[in-house]
Amino acid sequence: MTAAAVARPPKVARQPSAEGVRLALSGDWTLFASQRLEEEGGRIVEEARRDRRVAIDLAQLSQLDTAGAWLINRARHDLARRDVAVTLEHVRPEYSTLLKETHYRAFAAPSRPRFNVIFDMLADFGESIVDALREFYRGVGFLGEFVSSMAYVAANPRRFRLTALVAQIEMIGFRSVPIIVLINVLVGGIVAQQGIFQLLRFGASSYTVSLIGILVLRELGVLLTSIMIAGRSGSAITAELGSMKMREEIDALRVMGLSPLEVLIAPRVLGLLISLPILTFIADIAALFGGMIVSWWYGGISPVAFASLLKEAIALHTFLVGIIKAPFMALVIGLIASMDGLATQGSAESLGRQVTSSVVKSIFMVIVMDGLFAIFFASIDY
Amino acid sequence: MTGSSTNANGAAQQRSSRDVIISVRDLVIAFGDRTVVNGLDLDVYRGEVLGVVGGSGQGKSVLTRAILGLVRPRSGAIRVFGQDRDALEPRERRALEQRWGVLFQNGALFSGLTVKQNIQMPMREMRDLSEGLMDELAMLKLELVGLSADAADKFPSELSGGMVKRAALARALALDPELVFLDEPTSGLDPISAAEFDELIGTLQRTLGLTVFMVTHDLDSLYSICDRVAALAEHRVIAAGPLETLLASDHPWLKAYFHGVRGGRLTAARVEQKDEEWKPAPTTP
Repeated sequence: MTAAAVARPPKVARQPSAEGVRLALSGDWTLFASQRLEEEGGRIVEEARRDRRVAIDLAQLSQLDTAGAWLINRARHDLARRDVAVTLEHVRPEYSTLLKETHYRAFAAPSRPRFNVIFDMLADFGESIVDALREFYRGVGFLGEFVSSMAYVAANPRRFRLTALVAQIEMIGFRSVPIIVLINVLVGGIVAQQGIFQLLRFGASSYTVSLIGILVLRELGVLLTSIMIAGRSGSAITAELGSMKMREEIDALRVMGLSPLEVLIAPRVLGLLISLPILTFIADIAALFGGMIVSWWYGGISPVAFASLLKEAIALHTFLVGIIKAPFMALVIGLIASMDGLATQGSAESLGRQVTSSVVKSIFMVIVMDGLFAIFFASIDY
Repeated sequence: MTGSSTNANGAAQQRSSRDVIISVRDLVIAFGDRTVVNGLDLDVYRGEVLGVVGGSGQGKSVLTRAILGLVRPRSGAIRVFGQDRDALEPRERRALEQRWGVLFQNGALFSGLTVKQNIQMPMREMRDLSEGLMDELAMLKLELVGLSADAADKFPSELSGGMVKRAALARALALDPELVFLDEPTSGLDPISAAEFDELIGTLQRTLGLTVFMVTHDLDSLYSICDRVAALAEHRVIAAGPLETLLASDHPWLKAYFHGVRGGRLTAARVEQKDEEWKPAPTTP
């Protein structure tokens, strides 16, 4: 490995002597030699096991560490079990302490976990179902806790943390504007391009504007914004709360008589509740703008024509359908992110797992919610 | 890595005990316009236990981190094992880093690994050993630091503060380093555990022939295991030497440190104890 290790590798030399055999150890018996050390340690037993008396001579040893000493002691123990009398010779005083400290002891063999693929798979499957149900149960409980603490804050407005709320709105809302605008302009443009391209075959390319208007306002604007915020702010909330949990900051709040729900979670969830509708509105405008630009350049629909076609295609309720969903999405993202953050255990790995699960779960729930809303609006014919 | 400096671990150590293992010259460390360390000189000799003391914010941890290469000094020279870490090739630097072990103040155990896996981590990454031998060596190290075998499969979050320190020490010793850095090893331990830990460090130091660089606030540790003490104040080492020399010093900070309310009580007690030891000792079993 390194020059030093190669220079003086550990070695066992067998020298027959008057009373039995003498094994002269030389070189560096240190962990530096890695595998070589282990092999030589095994060779002590190999060389001597057929003899009655063995003297291990340490005179030429240039270095010894715990690993080397342990291997020598283990070899002595193995030989003793085979009724070979072992003596150590020329042990330097500093080595004798080390050899004494590392005397042989039997360690319980590490328990190897039982392994059965089918059994484990079934167990995992069952566990994940129970976990999912329990998670849902806890989620409902958490929602109740959140609502009751909001009611408490509403009754005691002085406990409301305006500064924290404004800070959260800046983090969640204001700082997300550029990315939200960017992706929505692009998606609006893509929808317009595909609409024009596909509908041209039926000579119906002017319907593109209706397509963009309805699709963007009812579904895409709010969906893209929610997914982006779930990834961007949901993960941040989980990571913040998770690391606070790991450093006992949450416990510190509790023992001060403060509720983490009120101090940490309320500003974040409220921040989401306020930011997400605003962002959705911005997203709608951005996507319509993107659609308009592409319709103009690619489809030859002038902005004036675009505006008048759009006015015919949509009504206020088209816009409201989208914007009504935003606070619900915000609540889902905020509650899942907070709950997962508080469920973090001691390890860094657990924090990573919680952040992943928070983002995956909130994106999934956002899409499920959107589906439920679609069914709801269809059945009330809105 | 040169062969001659590695093999000095054994017999050579006894003979040339004044062998300098860490040498710091004219070190300046500053963050922005805040100077933490200014013109610091320090030598650590092979086979000694050096205690580093100093007020909070006087740069003890920063000095340690600079020696370990975690903080870049503004100027000055740091040589460990006679080598300047920054001037080394990456391969040589790795070899150098395998010759020291570090016990961080809060243990810094990898939270996703069990205690045994933590201890085996350096062996697994740096050496080529069989699983069986790694298991045995990890258990041996655990026993050397005074942890029971059932701690091996626990995760760091399941350990008490004292156990974390012990497990972290076992990890620091995994590759049998020549030099061990201990950052406040006894902080947060009860007096009994702290005394045990001091004793443990002393035993390991004698057994393994370690050089120990110990940052500490614990006056008891200074009395019981340190061969020399370096005091950091005014951004530099104001005094380094055997504890007696520092106790006799007239420097106002040292006086406050050792003869203040807390230090004074302990110093007085220790001196009394020393005096008793001076009497012709009755035969003890």
